[in-house]
Amino acid sequence: MTDTATAESGYHLPLPRLRGLTAQWYDWIKQHELRFQRCDHCERWRHVPREVCPGCGSVDWAWQPSSGKGRIYSWTTVYRSLHPDFQDTPYAAVVVELEEGPRVMTWIVDRGPDDLEIDMPVRVVYDDVTPEVTLAKFRAGD
Amino acid sequence: MHMLRDQACIVGVGETPYCRAPGSGVTDLNLMLRASLAAVADSGLELSDIDGLMTPIFGASGDELAANLGIENLRYAAQVNMGGASPVSSLQSALMAVYTGVANNVLIPIGWNGYSGMRARDVSEAAAVASPMGPTVQDYYLPFGCNAPPQFYSLMARRHMHEYDTSPETLGAIAVASRKHAQLNDNAVMRGRPLSMQDYLDSPWISEPYRLLDCCLETDGAAAVVVSSPDRAKALAGKTGHQPVYISGVAEGHPYPADDITNRPNIFTVGLTHAAPKAYEMAGLGPEDADFAEIYDCFTFEVLQQLEEAGFCKRGEGAAFVRDGAIELGGRLPVNTHGGLMSEAHVIGMNHIVEATRQLRHEAGARQVDNARVGVVTGWGDLGDGSLAVLTRK
Ligand SMILES: [Zn+2]
Repeated sequence: MTDTATAESGYHLPLPRLRGLTAQWYDWIKQHELRFQRCDHCERWRHVPREVCPGCGSVDWAWQPSSGKGRIYSWTTVYRSLHPDFQDTPYAAVVVELEEGPRVMTWIVDRGPDDLEIDMPVRVVYDDVTPEVTLAKFRAGD
Repeated sequence: MHMLRDQACIVGVGETPYCRAPGSGVTDLNLMLRASLAAVADSGLELSDIDGLMTPIFGASGDELAANLGIENLRYAAQVNMGGASPVSSLQSALMAVYTGVANNVLIPIGWNGYSGMRARDVSEAAAVASPMGPTVQDYYLPFGCNAPPQFYSLMARRHMHEYDTSPETLGAIAVASRKHAQLNDNAVMRGRPLSMQDYLDSPWISEPYRLLDCCLETDGAAAVVVSSPDRAKALAGKTGHQPVYISGVAEGHPYPADDITNRPNIFTVGLTHAAPKAYEMAGLGPEDADFAEIYDCFTFEVLQQLEEAGFCKRGEGAAFVRDGAIELGGRLPVNTHGGLMSEAHVIGMNHIVEATRQLRHEAGARQVDNARVGVVTGWGDLGDGSLAVLTRK
């Protein structure tokens, strides 16, 4: 796709800044793979990305694949947006805890805010919102 | 005994009038200067006695404040960058400066046009609105429309409701108590506007489970305090008639990780969880000794959470603690006797320190807690920084 296509896609919501480890994390998602940093030394998973393992201090790590399966940890249903771009309310900002342990902020694509439950099983899906950025979202189900 | 216990006193407090529409009509700097002048006058000191300054987290620089106040020999200026936890944590820094002799009299001002200034920013500075909280919020939360405090903290509130069956009425009890206390406070923005539980439950959702009346006010105003040595405080008391208020214990704490609320091993473990036991140990007092508490009330649930993390009750038992008027004046532990951020004004928690000082001086008028001798004040900063002070009257 081209820049023109981006404009035509009409995606108007804020995007992450693709730099450093953040760019790497989103680049895996663009390839439709949800990966997290895992320490080579103590095997601890971590998110958001960090340079050093907070568990053992090792600087050696790799992007390891997640199963993409998790459960809803919590959510908030935004009725009054506090950002000018998010005017399509209500929407639910959801925290999902992956099987491996990391938690991510996301949206559930196939459930409205009133149909969410804590501990509901969910699975990752990939939303190519622009040519540069794909967001990891989730749908209900094991 | 902890070497810093009772080694400094709050000797002066000052506030501007608090207001909403149409706004203060002056700058943030001007508000802070007025509050500072009031606090210094209240202390009995001269402006030329001020030689230490805890600079505010926004709105004015230390240079501007000192230049306006004629502080010609500023010996110590420092900033505590903990958002709403800064004022209480600044008491700790001021205490250390006074105890070590780095400065004799430390002024701590803070304030803003939180109503009129914010209204202007809403339309003109979308970028500032987008990311006041750092890269984790901007790059990982904001793409999903989670960018502001009521959203971050309602994630914790919902989780608490899930784990401990916390009800809307529990949060409502906190809003109702604050509003009740504000009716006894001439400077409270919500004086004259009583609030019932039904009003609370009927208020619209902001970020569910937070309703409008779970949220603090946006107001214009500033407050300031002056910290000095116990000896000077006693001498000044002879002149001003104000009882010295001792900083018996104070501590700050930071959540882990501080920049990401979602990946904490336990989402309820915040800065205050670490700060509270340190402050109590320093004071040689515990939460059971408190005659009242001024709890940083950005949102109702944060009051509940801080009551738990500050040890007034066990984690998960906050609902029982706030029930049946127990946190209202006359109850077991009056909380936010001035009306707090929810019903007096949002002065980044400095108004909580001012109120605690007035209570311990026995100068709180119609809302005075009988024979108040020990007060606890907390601060809460972005994503869960925390601070706690145990203030006492001898
Ligand atoms: Zn490790």
